Amino acid sequence: MASHNVVGAVLVAGGGVAGMQAALDLANAGYYVYMVEKSLAIGGRMSQLDKTFPTNDCSMCIISPKLVEVGRHINVELLTLTDILSINGTEGNFTVTVRKNPRYIDMSKCIACGECTKKCPSKVSNNYNENLDNRKAIYVQYAQAVPLKYGIDAEKCLKLTKGKCGSCKKVCPADAVNYDDKPEEATFKVGSVILAPGFAPYKPSDFETYRYSDSKDVITALEFERYLGATGPTMGEVVRPSDGHHPTKMAFLQCVGSRDINRADNGYCSSVCCMYAIKEALIAKEHSGGKLDVSIFYMDIRTFGKDFERYYEKAKAAGIKFIRSRVHTVRPEPKNGVKIGYVGDGGVASEDYFDLAVLSHGLVITPDTKALSENLGIQTDHYNFAKTSTFAPVALSRPGFYGCGVYTGPKDIPSSVMEASAAAAAATSKLTPARSTLTKVINVPAPVDVTGEPPRVGVFVCRCGINIASVVDVEKVVEFAKTLPFVEYAAVTMFACSQDSQEKIVSLIKEYRLNRIVVSACSPRTHEPLFQETLAAAGLNKYLYEMANIRNHDSWVHANNPVEATRKAMDMTEMAVAKAALLVPLKENVIDVDPTALVIGGGVAGLNAALTLSSQGFKSVIVEKEQRSGGNANRIHSTTKGEDVAKYLESLKNKVLDDPKITLVLGSEVDKVEGYVGNFATTLTTGETVKHGVTIIATGAKEHKPTEYLYGQNNKVVTQLEFDEMIKSDDDAVRNSKTFVFVQCVGSREPERMYCSKVCCGHTAHTAVELKKKNPGARIFVLYRDMRTYAQKEDLYKEARDLGVIFVRYTLENKPKFSEADGKIKVEILDPVSGLRLLINPDMAILAAAIVSGRETELAMKYKVPLDEDGWFFEAHQKLRPVDFATDGMFLAGIAHYPKPMDEVIAQAQAAAARAVTVLTQPKMTVGGIVAEINQAKCSGCGVCVAVCPFSAISLDEKGKSVVNEAMCKGCGNCASSCRSDAPSLRGFTNAGLFAQIASAL
Amino acid sequence: MSDFEPKIVAFFCNWCTYGAADLAGVSRLDYPPNFRVVRLPCTGRLNPKFIMEAFKRGADGVWISGCHPGDCHYIAGNYHARRKFVLMHQLLESIGVDPNRLRFSWISSAEANKFQAMARDVVEHVKACGPNTTFRKEDLKLGLAEVA
Repeated sequence: MASHNVVGAVLVAGGGVAGMQAALDLANAGYYVYMVEKSLAIGGRMSQLDKTFPTNDCSMCIISPKLVEVGRHINVELLTLTDILSINGTEGNFTVTVRKNPRYIDMSKCIACGECTKKCPSKVSNNYNENLDNRKAIYVQYAQAVPLKYGIDAEKCLKLTKGKCGSCKKVCPADAVNYDDKPEEATFKVGSVILAPGFAPYKPSDFETYRYSDSKDVITALEFERYLGATGPTMGEVVRPSDGHHPTKMAFLQCVGSRDINRADNGYCSSVCCMYAIKEALIAKEHSGGKLDVSIFYMDIRTFGKDFERYYEKAKAAGIKFIRSRVHTVRPEPKNGVKIGYVGDGGVASEDYFDLAVLSHGLVITPDTKALSENLGIQTDHYNFAKTSTFAPVALSRPGFYGCGVYTGPKDIPSSVMEASAAAAAATSKLTPARSTLTKVINVPAPVDVTGEPPRVGVFVCRCGINIASVVDVEKVVEFAKTLPFVEYAAVTMFACSQDSQEKIVSLIKEYRLNRIVVSACSPRTHEPLFQETLAAAGLNKYLYEMANIRNHDSWVHANNPVEATRKAMDMTEMAVAKAALLVPLKENVIDVDPTALVIGGGVAGLNAALTLSSQGFKSVIVEKEQRSGGNANRIHSTTKGEDVAKYLESLKNKVLDDPKITLVLGSEVDKVEGYVGNFATTLTTGETVKHGVTIIATGAKEHKPTEYLYGQNNKVVTQLEFDEMIKSDDDAVRNSKTFVFVQCVGSREPERMYCSKVCCGHTAHTAVELKKKNPGARIFVLYRDMRTYAQKEDLYKEARDLGVIFVRYTLENKPKFSEADGKIKVEILDPVSGLRLLINPDMAILAAAIVSGRETELAMKYKVPLDEDGWFFEAHQKLRPVDFATDGMFLAGIAHYPKPMDEVIAQAQAAAARAVTVLTQPKMTVGGIVAEINQAKCSGCGVCVAVCPFSAISLDEKGKSVVNEAMCKGCGNCASSCRSDAPSLRGFTNAGLFAQIASAL
Repeated sequence: MSDFEPKIVAFFCNWCTYGAADLAGVSRLDYPPNFRVVRLPCTGRLNPKFIMEAFKRGADGVWISGCHPGDCHYIAGNYHARRKFVLMHQLLESIGVDPNRLRFSWISSAEANKFQAMARDVVEHVKACGPNTTFRKEDLKLGLAEVA
């Protein structure tokens, strides 16, 4: 592949959370992105969720800033309602052919006012709400959809199916409806392809057992999620579908369509259902004021992620019952509810009544996605997930193709987001010669300096077709605006956001020498950036702009009271003018970015992060405190996929040593840290100072030293890592042993370490299978609490059982008892299934010792990043920013974040590098705008602002006065409202401006 | 007092409650038109003086609403706001303003219905408090005259 032939664009297929993250990381790193989405809008499955575990964050609230960012990004081209037909060519240079299906709406004209939907007579089952209510044939996918443009469901539209109706075209104030819209084919060139087509929830209709098809009170978890959602069919009210009453007793049935090869052919674990069931149970309980009785029927509770185990404990404490049993019968009761039959421990059969049964259905690859994989030549596993290797976790079988999200295996949101960033890095590792060749930049004229001029305010009052004007007397608002101080010009516009209005505003700014602009229209949350661009196009500083939301906050909600609505619009316009008159141009400064990374920790995570950065053309320095690199991986024998770790590690280390862009400093640690994003200076204990623009923390973790089960007393009792080392060295003790006992959760999931170490169950199942394969006569026992072989690792658990490995469950209260007689180990355990006490005499016992954090308090303080209570480094956001710190320029990878298997470690390392590249790729960074500033004359140096700043952006200078680092300030204003002396001020939201707004409001 | 229409100043954070009000609009959920919204980046930007200023200028009520605990776009601004609110709530009572005039709520950007219900509730409660006369000079004089 000739490097000069590569294309600086990437195709991202799928607009869910994974696709969006990949698109943003690519576009912010200098690549043009084509985002292809089958449906009307991006957002994917996450947009359907009410809350997200384990923080119970509102899903829509956290995803919508991302939606808007993707929708507005100048280098992301959104192709909605689009199918991929073919992708030809080779790595670095592909030709993509797509079909754009008709929307029947001119996106450039639609203003999303919703008049069409009101008039549409055709009711259609609403798939966004899992078909629990109806929408119209002309619709938006959901209220916050991006692009916020209507579309027509061609199969249900009366005009398109029968040639009748045509109401929407008649009422559309923007003339956006086009019934003659036709499918169009398009081709474009890209250098690589990222596939993130997502999943569908398993449809439990095939399961006669669960009576989903014929009982109203048996619903799926995603349906229940919609019932919980504020935008759902009952607006968040939990009801029993058969009669609309509030349920008092409900059940969740786990593993529906997962871990099941009898009915579903899905042998894998869907990885997310235990957590979402607990989440839905907790939220339902909250909605019911705590009165709801909830039971969860499960096989193993798999709460293996960060903070998941505590979430599980919280649910138990909240009274949610966990019943370990696979339900055998669901029997609908004559009127409402169901009877559930199950067999509990000890073989006791029970039956219980529930008002509502929720089926925790798994994640499956859709037939469409399967066909896409086949069409594109992507190898998949026997469950139709795309195949990947542990060491290249986002690379697909076809060169130049990368995958992320559930496409490569069932996983939750943060893992999908990590993989998405990793895919962005991997997909561009060979495209660097073409970086920034296809991206667009916005050209703005040189700004006019209006400093010192008296304010000349222009007011534009939008009719929004009839959306505002049918309620608010817009002429009256304009006449009123003309009487306000500093207003030079005021007028009505039909659609302020339309292209012609924008151009008109630009010429009026020039004609009237307007230096402040107020637009009374819709929400600044959606439209402020657009109007700010208009100001910039006219040479005005974009911060000389204020908006009055007389549509969403006025005409749309006071339609029955036009007089008051008009009065409110006048007040709102007056408030905006008052604030606008006091606005000043805000400067955005540029700072240099040192294009080097410092990677702390030379394990698999650190080495991969550095190599990924190098492939993107950036230098890094790795600092490793030990005398050798490789970290814990030096001790691991093989991965759960059977790959040889030693061989991999050797080639990884060699690549790093051979890479001229990477400097590896062994036997050294961080001593002193100065600076901030773009300009860090870190002094190492070896004395040298590294200048770097970003920092990646990958300090790893260590294996817990067990204090039980004869560990340290009998040399045949070893930890998992010690056992791996013995396998690697072909130790006689392993070869000569006939009976092995594996004990899971040694030190994990206990009060002092209330988390799951995530890797042990998979590794144990893998090791047991390997031992059995080598020596079929070996007797192997695995003593466990819950087997957590999530995702495709469930296959290993099944294989182990098939090979004759005996799994015996124990509880925290009833741990296995180890004793020793004549050097022989004796293990006693109560089998809960048979109720019998088992005695095992193993030759070796292998303890799955917990992974414990390094609790790097000092390092955390030096870089101003937080640790959580278990000592893991704490990311900026557990769901959507899993590799970023809240402090700019700081990133995180590997098990310093939380225990995880090697494929996830490598994905996170690549992700951290991808995120770092979005900073390093800019030679200069723009800072400033809406940030805080300090009037040092008023500052007494008390430090309150330093303490309340969530981003460590304020510090005391050598005179003991506060200073703001504009590169780190995010503009929240906590400092400005906490100072006793009003020394800090938030630009754009000054006290004076806000006081003026308050005064005009009254 | 049935025909009394209170004037309320509302301070919403941009990310959550302002978004909820936007969504209430999209969903056409009507509520009384008695309040005027000052948009803040974060409730953490709310200087206690803003509350005093609103009452001083004759607002009958003040409503502050931001993100749910844990949802703050700026990590912890809403916690800072809550502390200030508690302080102001106590302070108002000591200077003779009915603390029921001041409300604090957490409404996420997806909770349009909660927004509508809260908007109605806030207006109703402030209505029940009657007009705010604490800082009006003429009322003060009248009060003095009555005493004399």
